[in-house]
Amino acid sequence: GGLRLQVSAALREGRVAPTELCQSCLALIKSTKFLNAYITVAEESALKQAEESDQRYRRGQPLGALDGVPIAVKDNFNTAGIETTCASNMLKGYISPYNATVVQKLLDQGAVLLGKTNLDEFAMGSGSTDGVFGPVRNPWSYSRQYKEKSVPKSSCEDKECEWVIPGGSSGGSAAAVSSCTCFAALGSDTGGSTRNPAAHCGVVGLKPTYGLISRHGLVPLVNSMDVPGILTRSVDDAALVLGSLAGHDPKDSTTIQDNFKPFELPNLTDVSKLSIGIPKEYHAPGLSSEILALWSKAADLFKDAGAKVIEVSLPHTRYSIVCYHVLCTAEVASNMARFDGLEYGHRGAMKQSTESLYAATRREGFNDVVRGRILAGNYFLLKQNYENYFVKAQKVRRLIANDFLKVFRSGVDLLLTPTTLSDAVPYPEFIKEDNRTRSTQDDILTQAANMAGLPAINVPTALSERGLPVGLQFIGRSFQEKQLLTVAKWFEKQVKFPMIQLEEVKRHDHGVFQHQKSASFS
Amino acid sequence: SSLAPWVPVVGLEIHAQINSNSKLFSASQVQFAAPPNSLVSFFDASLPGTLPVLNRRCVEAAVMTGLALNCSINKKSLFDRKHYFYADLPAGYQITQQRVPIAVNGSLSYSLCRDNKMSQMVTKTVRIKQIQLEQDSGKSLHDDTRSQTLVDLNRAGVGLMEVVMEPDLCCGEEAAAAVRELQLILQTLGSSQAVMAEGQLRVDANVSVHHPGEAYGVRTEVKNINSMRFLARAVDYEIQRQIEELENGGTILNETRAFDSKLGCTVPMRDKEGKQDYRFMPEPNLPPLILYDAKSLPANMNHQQVVNIDWIRERLPDLPSVKRAKLVEQYGILPEHSFTLLNEDGLTDFFEKVVNQTQMKPKKVIGWILKDLLSYLKQHSLTVQESPISSSLLADLLNLLETKVISSTAAKQVLAELWKGDGKSPLEIVKEKKLELIEDQKELEEICQAVIDGQENEVIMMVLG
Repeated sequence: GGLRLQVSAALREGRVAPTELCQSCLALIKSTKFLNAYITVAEESALKQAEESDQRYRRGQPLGALDGVPIAVKDNFNTAGIETTCASNMLKGYISPYNATVVQKLLDQGAVLLGKTNLDEFAMGSGSTDGVFGPVRNPWSYSRQYKEKSVPKSSCEDKECEWVIPGGSSGGSAAAVSSCTCFAALGSDTGGSTRNPAAHCGVVGLKPTYGLISRHGLVPLVNSMDVPGILTRSVDDAALVLGSLAGHDPKDSTTIQDNFKPFELPNLTDVSKLSIGIPKEYHAPGLSSEILALWSKAADLFKDAGAKVIEVSLPHTRYSIVCYHVLCTAEVASNMARFDGLEYGHRGAMKQSTESLYAATRREGFNDVVRGRILAGNYFLLKQNYENYFVKAQKVRRLIANDFLKVFRSGVDLLLTPTTLSDAVPYPEFIKEDNRTRSTQDDILTQAANMAGLPAINVPTALSERGLPVGLQFIGRSFQEKQLLTVAKWFEKQVKFPMIQLEEVKRHDHGVFQHQKSASFS
Repeated sequence: SSLAPWVPVVGLEIHAQINSNSKLFSASQVQFAAPPNSLVSFFDASLPGTLPVLNRRCVEAAVMTGLALNCSINKKSLFDRKHYFYADLPAGYQITQQRVPIAVNGSLSYSLCRDNKMSQMVTKTVRIKQIQLEQDSGKSLHDDTRSQTLVDLNRAGVGLMEVVMEPDLCCGEEAAAAVRELQLILQTLGSSQAVMAEGQLRVDANVSVHHPGEAYGVRTEVKNINSMRFLARAVDYEIQRQIEELENGGTILNETRAFDSKLGCTVPMRDKEGKQDYRFMPEPNLPPLILYDAKSLPANMNHQQVVNIDWIRERLPDLPSVKRAKLVEQYGILPEHSFTLLNEDGLTDFFEKVVNQTQMKPKKVIGWILKDLLSYLKQHSLTVQESPISSSLLADLLNLLETKVISSTAAKQVLAELWKGDGKSPLEIVKEKKLELIEDQKELEEICQAVIDGQENEVIMMVLG
């Protein structure tokens, strides 16, 4: 017996065909173009994949639960034959010759790749506003829920109303899932880049344990912290996608060798044996009273259901942001050294010398955010600075990881924290501060999990006073995704987060689209 | 010449290309002189998103080499990134082992002839600081006429063992002898083919001079010496240059120099001005390299997945020093003979084949091998494999000599004929040229008489004293 899925069931039972589903998604992508969630829409190849899936279903031989299911992939994953830009001038027009392992796995399962989603340039940012293809808009900006609650600055009917950011850096993927143009999307998570936009866009965002899913083909930001992230509309869906992606990859030497067994999530009814930790340091400066109240309410929910809920301490939390910046910029400086315009990508026009060619290429190819991080990273890696910055940061990183270990060893199963400090802010407000400042503020609740390599998930919890999504985060033990997702699923069931009421979705209200609208495909 | 003596100090860093089918971190092939950019994987070209995967054979080669050089093998070693920008370094960094290399604290024994006399061989030792695994770079060719640089990445990512020696050497002769012995060891192990002409063995020499009792002088680095001949000359030239510079009141710059073989001197290298900060950083995509031995190997570990130091040690072939000692013991030849035998590719084999096919004592055979055969081959720039005289032919000839069919003078004449490679056997040549030794008393008397008869005046002069 396999996994039971709503849309998968519909596909299997012939109530909808993969090509119908694909065409419907493509049409919705077109009509929601103003969200700017997609950089590349691979219409031709997607339809071809859908047709092949059609045939398999007709023969009664689908490849699995993902066969024929439309998905989107963040544009920092390599996709053979399809442009991979990382939202940067450096890679505009770059057609990758190979598929990232996670992309290949999805395609091998019969998933239909609709396109590549928008992001902050090279995944550096927390708003999906700093890419060369322009910012991504949070679909909830156009929801009835938000419009009802928001006070319009000026009377505006069209799309130019003050829209809010989707979070970042995987904002395009989160927006794509949130607006129902696909059933699942891949993001990446280095400091919160999957969970943050998931919280702002009201979708499930899973950051798996470091080493569980292959990074081969993911353009790296910080090799020692990056993980592929999974964005879906339900926790069950996330578990399904995880099952198709996890496992050792010989091409990625940082993946663990242990055999991974995909799992179905049990329907947890009894949480009395659970111990939930509430880390007091996550009551961070700037945390909105609204989210604080929601966090408290969630803790009570567990308590009332019989779980043990205790306050815990992760004392080195406050050092993690500055530590992260040192390690992140150092790795960025190193990882970006390959972009010289010689083998691929943008090449400057200077011909005087190799050095001037490199300088022109990199000045033209990278935005200020990337260049700023490269400069900072090179500074930290200088011989005279290495001990004081890089090594020191690694030591502090070890302390942060130990904080989590201690807490988990003391009997706590999971940690419950907010994901973001507030709901999504309007774009003009967001860009008042620079990228670095925003990242510092926005990553604070998410990036310690990356430092420690732990799995974490954002579960959409409730709408804010402004009618925008707010999510809460669960952080689990290494490689205990099953427990993490089981509890997350229970929580999801309790909170009953509302469906987005998007005008575009309403217009396409017919049988096929019911499947899209539904919270999940599993 | 100077008033106070100078002590030259030479330290070598030798890069040996690992003899493996594929590169250190990727599956592309390792092959010399392939069409440009035909052996380049996505990883070698630094395509974004590609990751390094360690080649097991390269690790084994480094362990073998470490063991042969009496090193301690580090059961845990680490990989690092060394950053600099250059057209032949696609990633903008080289993956190397800077913090904890795979092998440390070894030694290499080598021999020198004192005063160029083979009979006065002296054994010396140079300490090995460490051996590290690292990537080779691609090749760039500067086309000044068209103001362009051509880049070939075939070599980018090929595995290297960098052997770092302590500065225990004093001159070009020692440097060449040490490198020669290292080359033989690597070739015996098979861990590197170590052919300098194909760039499989490259030497950087750090050279300085100082007065005895004083601190070491400023050193220069002479880079990328790729021939044994040039090595000794480059080192000696640099020592001399530094001495002259200092004696004329000048100073030595801590710089990188190249050896110009046409001019026979070292020159500063343009590209390497100024001190480089390589911004070393741990390579985050490679976990620490863990090696096992018989004691530490877990019972349930798949031995295909691990490198076992003891297993490798048990399978090490006889090193050159051992081979030489065995030759001396087995055949009664002199130590310096064994050096020459091992120095020529295939010569030991040839010698042993001849010995097996002749009654002549090895002690005598060796003379023919080293003096007559080898000198001819050298004169005509032939390798042992290209010798027109096979081991059986030579053995046949030596048998004729041993059984007193011919004299040694006659043997040399036959040898001269055999070099022509006409396909005649030694016996045929002897018969043709009537070189047989005459044993018949009567015949000898007749010949002597004939000689005397023809030289009457000289005979009278001799009898009269």
